[in-house]
Amino acid sequence: MDFNLTENQIAFQEVARSFAQKELAVHASEWDAKKIFPKETIRKAAESGFCGVYVKEDVGGLNLSRLDAAIIFEELAAGCPSTTAYITIHNMVTWMIDEFGSPELREKFCPELTSGQKLGSYCLTEPGSGSDAASLKTTAIKNNNHYLLNGTKAFVSGAGETDILIVMTKTAEKEISSFVVPSTLKGISFGENEKKLGWNTQPTKAIYFDNVEVPQEYLLGDKGMGFKIALKGLDGGRINIGTCSVGAAQSAINHTQKYMHEREQFGKSLAQFQALQFMIADMLTQVIASRQMVRLAASKLDSKDAQATTYCAMAKRLATDMCFNVCNQAIQIFGGYGCTQEYPVERLMRDARVHQIVEGTNEIMRVIISKKLLEEGATLQIR
Amino acid sequence: MIKEFDQKLDLVKQQNIIETLKDLQAFLGDTPLKIAVCIKAVPDTETKIQIAQDKKNIDFTGVRFIVSPYDEFAIEEALKLKEKHGGETTVISVGEGEATDILRDALARGIDSAVHVNDPDFASLDPLSTAKVLAAVIKDNGYDLVLCGQQGVGGDNNQVPAMLAELLDWPQVMLTVKAEIENSSFKVEREIEGAHETVEGSLPCVFSTQKGLNEPRYPSIKGVMAARKKEIVIKDANALGLKGQVSGQLAKLKVKEIALPPSRPQGRVLEGDVDSQVKKLVELLRTEAQVI
Ligand SMILES: Cc1cc2nc3c(=O)[nH]c(=O)nc-3n(C[C@H](O)[C@H](O)[C@H](O)COP(=O)(O)OP(=O)(O)OC[C@H]3O[C@@H](n4cnc5c(N)ncnc54)[C@H](O)[C@@H]3O)c2cc1C
Repeated sequence: MDFNLTENQIAFQEVARSFAQKELAVHASEWDAKKIFPKETIRKAAESGFCGVYVKEDVGGLNLSRLDAAIIFEELAAGCPSTTAYITIHNMVTWMIDEFGSPELREKFCPELTSGQKLGSYCLTEPGSGSDAASLKTTAIKNNNHYLLNGTKAFVSGAGETDILIVMTKTAEKEISSFVVPSTLKGISFGENEKKLGWNTQPTKAIYFDNVEVPQEYLLGDKGMGFKIALKGLDGGRINIGTCSVGAAQSAINHTQKYMHEREQFGKSLAQFQALQFMIADMLTQVIASRQMVRLAASKLDSKDAQATTYCAMAKRLATDMCFNVCNQAIQIFGGYGCTQEYPVERLMRDARVHQIVEGTNEIMRVIISKKLLEEGATLQIR
Repeated sequence: MIKEFDQKLDLVKQQNIIETLKDLQAFLGDTPLKIAVCIKAVPDTETKIQIAQDKKNIDFTGVRFIVSPYDEFAIEEALKLKEKHGGETTVISVGEGEATDILRDALARGIDSAVHVNDPDFASLDPLSTAKVLAAVIKDNGYDLVLCGQQGVGGDNNQVPAMLAELLDWPQVMLTVKAEIENSSFKVEREIEGAHETVEGSLPCVFSTQKGLNEPRYPSIKGVMAARKKEIVIKDANALGLKGQVSGQLAKLKVKEIALPPSRPQGRVLEGDVDSQVKKLVELLRTEAQVI
């Protein structure tokens, strides 16, 4: 057992860090304020390999591990958590097609997704079904050699700007199937961009499906496998969201550390007040704990551990809660300036707040963890 | 014999074979280029500089090294020229352990091979000595073009590229902001005071690269992985035939002492109406600044 990064991982980290500093951090505040979805930058990110990190190489991915991905996405998130969170959703979508798609689907869609020429969205949530995702109502009815999709998806990240949707539907009572749906198909329309607390560098919209004809070959995996596929995507997605929180919180600490030396009150720098010293000490401790938890879950997923889903849920819960608190405390240390958009900490806090809700709320994470833990014999299986 | 050759050459000229050959070459695509890029590891521009105990250098403890930012333009231009004309690219750096990372970084961006010149003799070289070392690596190796950043950030001497060109006895274009190469000849724009100058000539040549030439790319993750498999060739003074000829000891330029700039006193804002401000300013320039 070794907690150190490999030489490769250190090199990946540096590539991601320099990209984040030069391409994300400097623009994040403006993108957030003006609600700009930086598609060009995402394409540049694809050139560096960030749009298909754990997708196989024959379709343009890097075929790296989830652990490698967590290391890379954390660095990107330190530059802009919101844009990086979208990039991770894009990775999740691309991986789902790579993993569950037929050879034809993989070849048709993955190369343009890994190269960032096309962008992806994940459509599970509906207006009436959030945490209880399996109660979704969108239908896909077989009609000759295609399926007819009808229904509404809610809160779709990237909607309106993305090209390839993965849509979870009912193909029968109690049967969920997933489809790869090009967003340009006839009968697809979009709602207003939600006015949101955080994640302002990516649009969030409802998507309406009105008799949308989807070729039957666009069924992802087998009929009836849709919910399983959706949840498999989310295992990795939760590591990604957790790691985006770690990146945001690390960035908050970096800014706070600098500010504590710069700002003086009562004739001393803030760094000399013990109350604040203790605060930043706890902040770092929480970030390190979160980072280790996220990396542990990622390695469980990499080794196909039977309890990986539970570890992913724990990592998402712990990292997003702790790191939100860290960003929030950073604002406290910045005082009034922390509340202004002159400094990045309020934005980091707003983005990190979203992470406690998306890809399964932290209550749902506890539902997943406790359900497993209360099974007989579980105390030996998961520890 | 010579006469005979001249006659033959005349014949060739008459039949316009040389032009035809040039045409054919243009048709088939350019001659591939063999390009060397000289790069230097410098302290991260964000470093808080401290002076070392002996006052002859900066204190390198805990300093992170990066490739000198002007060298990034040189690397990028080499990659672009290779993409256009084909050929091969090599990065060369003279330095100790700190050079390894920047060489790997260049390989990760797509440079084909790397030479690390590392010898205790080559510590604290002056620009001329550095140019001699680089010339020894480059000469007789069939390079068509050498690219260098216009200056190494930190030392800021702006000397190595020009000296290197002299030592190689090649033409030089300093402060390049636009470069075009076609069939062994170049057309380059360089920065001069307040304007750009266009220079033409034929290869081989040394260009020093200036901001504005291009937009350096990022290393990609794939590039990083590929770079791990590329070898960095290490050369010392013996291998270059420079033992006893070039060293920090023999360097002509010696650093006596370096010091941080004196901290600037706080500025002063003059108050009152324009007349009284001007009066006060003139008075201060006479009495305090003593410049008039
Ligand atoms: C910015 C943003 C982007 C998003 N992007 C996407 C996307 O790209 N694709 C997508 O499909 N979805 C997306 N979502 C939707 C997101 O996944 C859901 O909002 C989330 O799963 C919660 O669902 P809900 O909003 O319906 O809340 P509800 O399910 O209504 O939950 C309300 C509250 O009840 C709690 N709760 C619910 N059930 C239980 C229970 N059994 N036990 C205890 N507490 C419970 C919840 O934790 C929460 O506190 C996005 C959401 C946001 C805000």
